[in-house]
Amino acid sequence: MHPSHKKRVVPAVAVASLLVMWQAACLFGLIPAFMLPSPLNVMAALLGDAPLIASHTLTTLAEAAIGLAIGVVLGFALAVLMERFETFYLAVQPLITLSQTVPTIAIAPLLVLWLGYGILPKIVLIVLTTFFPVAVSLADGFRSVDRDIVDLMRTMNASDLQIFRYAKLPAAAEQFFSGLKISATYAIVSAVIAEWLGGASGLGVYMTRVRKSFSYDKMFASIAVISALSLALMKLVGLLEHICIPWKQIERIES
Amino acid sequence: MTVPALEACHLKLVWEDLAVAEDISLHVDEGEIVCLVGRSGCGKTTLFHALAGLEKPAEGTVLLHGENITGVPGRVSYMLQKDLLLPSRTILGNAMLPLILRGIDRDEARARARDLFATFGLSGTEDLWPSQLSGGMRQRAALLRTYLMDNDVVLLDEPFSALDAITRVELRRWFAGMARELGLSALVITHDIDEAVDLGSRIYLLDGNPMQGSVSHLIAEAPVDAQDRGAAKAAVGALLGLA
Ligand SMILES: Nc1ncnc2c1ncn2[C@@H]1O[C@H](COP(=O)(O)OP(=O)(O)OP(=O)(O)O)[C@@H](O)[C@H]1O
Ligand SMILES: [Mg+2]
Repeated sequence: MHPSHKKRVVPAVAVASLLVMWQAACLFGLIPAFMLPSPLNVMAALLGDAPLIASHTLTTLAEAAIGLAIGVVLGFALAVLMERFETFYLAVQPLITLSQTVPTIAIAPLLVLWLGYGILPKIVLIVLTTFFPVAVSLADGFRSVDRDIVDLMRTMNASDLQIFRYAKLPAAAEQFFSGLKISATYAIVSAVIAEWLGGASGLGVYMTRVRKSFSYDKMFASIAVISALSLALMKLVGLLEHICIPWKQIERIES
Repeated sequence: MTVPALEACHLKLVWEDLAVAEDISLHVDEGEIVCLVGRSGCGKTTLFHALAGLEKPAEGTVLLHGENITGVPGRVSYMLQKDLLLPSRTILGNAMLPLILRGIDRDEARARARDLFATFGLSGTEDLWPSQLSGGMRQRAALLRTYLMDNDVVLLDEPFSALDAITRVELRRWFAGMARELGLSALVITHDIDEAVDLGSRIYLLDGNPMQGSVSHLIAEAPVDAQDRGAAKAAVGALLGLA
């Protein structure tokens, strides 16, 4: 098989066989149906509840998008400050790392206590989890610029802003997009976690409701949707990367 | 008496706390190509950084047409040891960068750079990315960008080193012709004595081993007789203890 085909076919076959095995396990009664619904049951639940799930999905997506946008802007601003001021970098670096050791699940209830059941605690949680990968990947990316390129630009009388724009920003682009992919998945997960703790709408809210009625198939359906959303967001970021850093594509093809 | 295009007077160079070179005085006359040779690590690049104003020498002055430019970057064009094309810009984008940085209008910068692609043997590469070019083409692109810095004095740090022997001879002959045509004054670092006698009208030899505690000095200045390059080569070889 051609290597590029292999890269697509092998993972697809692996996922498909897993689903088939799962379906078979349910079919032959290896696992009681009420505990683990079969993939087909999940699919049926998903289709049956589609309009409701779609409206909850929209809420979750909106929260994730707003939170992620704010997180990216904050992360970017922080990274630029860290790049600009060495002392700031040294002071802030350990603080951000420390802040990331606090699990999302542990602060979510606090945020709800402080900020209520509206959209605010969700957004805040998403911002808190998404800004970090962006800030760190950008800060590292800015630092990865070749010292000699900076020197060269100084001999061209470039201003600090020009050095930033023409050398440091492009140097950080690839790492930025890796960070953004992680942030995008965090955004969805954080939205759902925040919704578990209360709210009027959203996939997390839907999950807690169907859980109360022991509808395992609907729970699995929402898990599938969350997975699909994360995947789609990552793909979207990949597409954006493709458009924003065309030279990397060429370099990959060349090598 | 004519004033040299570039002149260094009694430079003392340090890198961090390491004394690299001392009492370096040299000059490049208007329209002249001069070569600088010396062992690896003797301080050639450090000297160029000082001449380009990137690093202020511990002592001494750098004069450009008699004007003191010690520690002032941007007055002489400098092509660093690596080609350093920005991977995020096309070849045209790289070539026009010095113009853009000076605030020249984009269309005008593009047109000026484009016009020189043929002269520099780069026709057809305008919209390619640096990673798509061969080593020789990248060096040409870096030379074009250096030229568009629009200074009449250029410093070239091993500009042809990344090339195979044949391309290397071709490219340096082409460069010599072009420099003459454009009226450039150039100081060129090279490891290759053949290259030095072929390219330079004079050769400076820098010798020393700063890492071992022996500070580098300019040990000789050898004029190259265009009629007898072999003699110049032998003389330089003898001075470096290669004979
Ligand atoms: N950026 C640097 N990093 C490490 N060492 C340096 C640097 N700049 C200067 N040095 C030290 O200064 C001395 C001179 O280095 P320099 O790069 O000027 O040598 P060079 O003659 O250009 O060598 P080469 O021919 O290998 O390029 C060396 O001993 C080196 O250890
Ligand atoms: Mg060097």
